[in-house]
Amino acid sequence: MAVFVLRRLLHMIPVLIGVTFITFFVVDLAPGDYFGALRMNPAFSPDFIAELEAEFGYGEPLLVRYFKWLLRAAQGDLGISMAYRVDVATLVASRAGNTIILAVSSMLFTWSLAIPIGIYVAMRPNSVSDRLLSFIAFFGMSVPNFFLAFLFMFVALQTGWFPVGGSFSVHYEALSPLGKIIDRLHHLVLPTVVLGTAGMASLMRLMRANVLEIKEADFVRTARAKGLSERSVVGKHILRNALNPFVTLAGYELGTLLSGAALVEAVMQLQGLGSLMLEAVRSLDVYLVMGSVVIGSVLLLGGNLLADLGLRALDPRIDFDRESA
Amino acid sequence: MNQHRRPGLAVWCSAITLAVLYVTAIAAPWCSPYDHTWQHRMSPHSPPATIRLNPPNLWHESLLYAHPLLLADTARRTYEENSAIRVPLRWFHRGRLLTTPEGMPEIFLLGTDGLGRDLLSRILHGGRVSLFIGILGVAISFTLGSLIGSFAGYMGGRIDAFIMRIVEIEMSLPSFYFLLALAAAIPDDISPTVTFFLIVALMSFIRWAGFARIIRGMAASLREQDYVVAARALGASRWRILTRHVIPGTYSYTIVAATLSIPGFILGESALSLLGLGIQEPSSSWGNLLSDAQNVQNLVRYPWILIPGVFIFVTIMSFNFLGDHLRDRLDPRARA
Repeated sequence: MAVFVLRRLLHMIPVLIGVTFITFFVVDLAPGDYFGALRMNPAFSPDFIAELEAEFGYGEPLLVRYFKWLLRAAQGDLGISMAYRVDVATLVASRAGNTIILAVSSMLFTWSLAIPIGIYVAMRPNSVSDRLLSFIAFFGMSVPNFFLAFLFMFVALQTGWFPVGGSFSVHYEALSPLGKIIDRLHHLVLPTVVLGTAGMASLMRLMRANVLEIKEADFVRTARAKGLSERSVVGKHILRNALNPFVTLAGYELGTLLSGAALVEAVMQLQGLGSLMLEAVRSLDVYLVMGSVVIGSVLLLGGNLLADLGLRALDPRIDFDRESA
Repeated sequence: MNQHRRPGLAVWCSAITLAVLYVTAIAAPWCSPYDHTWQHRMSPHSPPATIRLNPPNLWHESLLYAHPLLLADTARRTYEENSAIRVPLRWFHRGRLLTTPEGMPEIFLLGTDGLGRDLLSRILHGGRVSLFIGILGVAISFTLGSLIGSFAGYMGGRIDAFIMRIVEIEMSLPSFYFLLALAAAIPDDISPTVTFFLIVALMSFIRWAGFARIIRGMAASLREQDYVVAARALGASRWRILTRHVIPGTYSYTIVAATLSIPGFILGESALSLLGLGIQEPSSSWGNLLSDAQNVQNLVRYPWILIPGVFIFVTIMSFNFLGDHLRDRLDPRARA
């Protein structure tokens, strides 16, 4: 087990090096640089800009700058954001929390709806409710995230039921602890639904297909023949087996959600890793871009690792050490 | 089991919708009522006009007409319908499919954007980008994925292990973050066509890996099939075996997966352009038409700027229906 985790962690190293190198290279390719924008701004003196340039190793060859960055990053120092003038690690960490909360909450939202509906529908295949729900699911699957975000924002602005933009209210600091939580949740509702809708349909269809298949299995017939209640047959025999592939999916789902969250954040103007990254890309804030990409990759790889561990815990037959040895 | 095999109403509707969208996109200059870059300065953010049916005695003139919308309050951009003027909508007129006669006030069927450009014309032109990015992207990434995946699966051993490691690295990229970083490298001063191809290339580069992995699995099992062994025994070259025997064996999967992958490309381009990193003004794509809506004020006051999103939605839904149907037909095993 420990060997497995260790090996997976070691595998992350070449991935991270590959990702960061390509990103570094690409941002360097981008026309102009961060200092270009500063030079246009009369508020900054040329001396100050020259100082900044020296600080960030401007003018040195690409590879030199990359390895300098890599060396420092390996020691946990992700550099300084040019725009914010603060430590990238601190900045990214402060934003990553919001993104993770959004991804996890929309995952909970999706799963808590998709799994029961999938089972319900699979128990009555081809009924009116099955067809209707499948059609609605298809609808949800086809609505682009950003379009749904716009529609919800439009409705929210018309009705005033939900706040638009930001992860908390302006008067957040003045609220009681309970009020703070409620305020955050209130702000979280729309993004969660927007982000969760896209995944809902495919999960529901997967659940339906799984249950349909397992429903016909011999052990289910045996369970029924033993005279178990329908509740016990569905809950204990069908559900547990149908859920298995979902655990593997969870890790990848988390990855998709993190990417999706970035777009939703940007469109709905939330404070998160995605909007930070977008801002950094727009202003060519190299180290901030790098930091966001690194953290994004780590979250994705970590999610996959967690999913594999979860799968192993659920299904003792799976032995990763033996499988890849 | 068989009830899903016949194309249902939804599948037919999807196919027809897609056909119409693609034809109008190709023929956009002819199908659009006005020049898609022309700024009608007197009609910024004009709401969609209402089409009305003429009484039969006026049909010799035109079947349809509309009252022009005139700017009533310049500051708040409110419009009033001038019911004294009837502007006929003429088919096959002035070298266009449907437009208004010269000298009459313009009629904007889907409204205009903030610069007074006709939204319908811009959507039709934008479709050229948004619709073809899907097809081209899928073509590139699937060709790459097919060749690399089947090569890895067919060869096995170290080559396979090496290629699969690269694929794994590609698949653990946080795709959207990575795409954002890549898109930043697109220069602003190049022509829209070049931007288009660069975006296609970027997205194909990000997406070929997942597909290659599946094809590799299929190829690994196909290489043991008798007909492949026979081809090898007959002395066929590796390239021939791959392209004539192994890859065709994966077609039923490829066609389905390709259809279902098109929406991903369309969404990717739309998201990039929406955030201002893709297709740039004055060219249009369905994504960058929506970027207007990022301003909350615009969204509330001029909700019709969301119409391009409806086009994206309808296109994606059609591809999903079509892909689903193809899966039932071609790849019955995939259906659990």
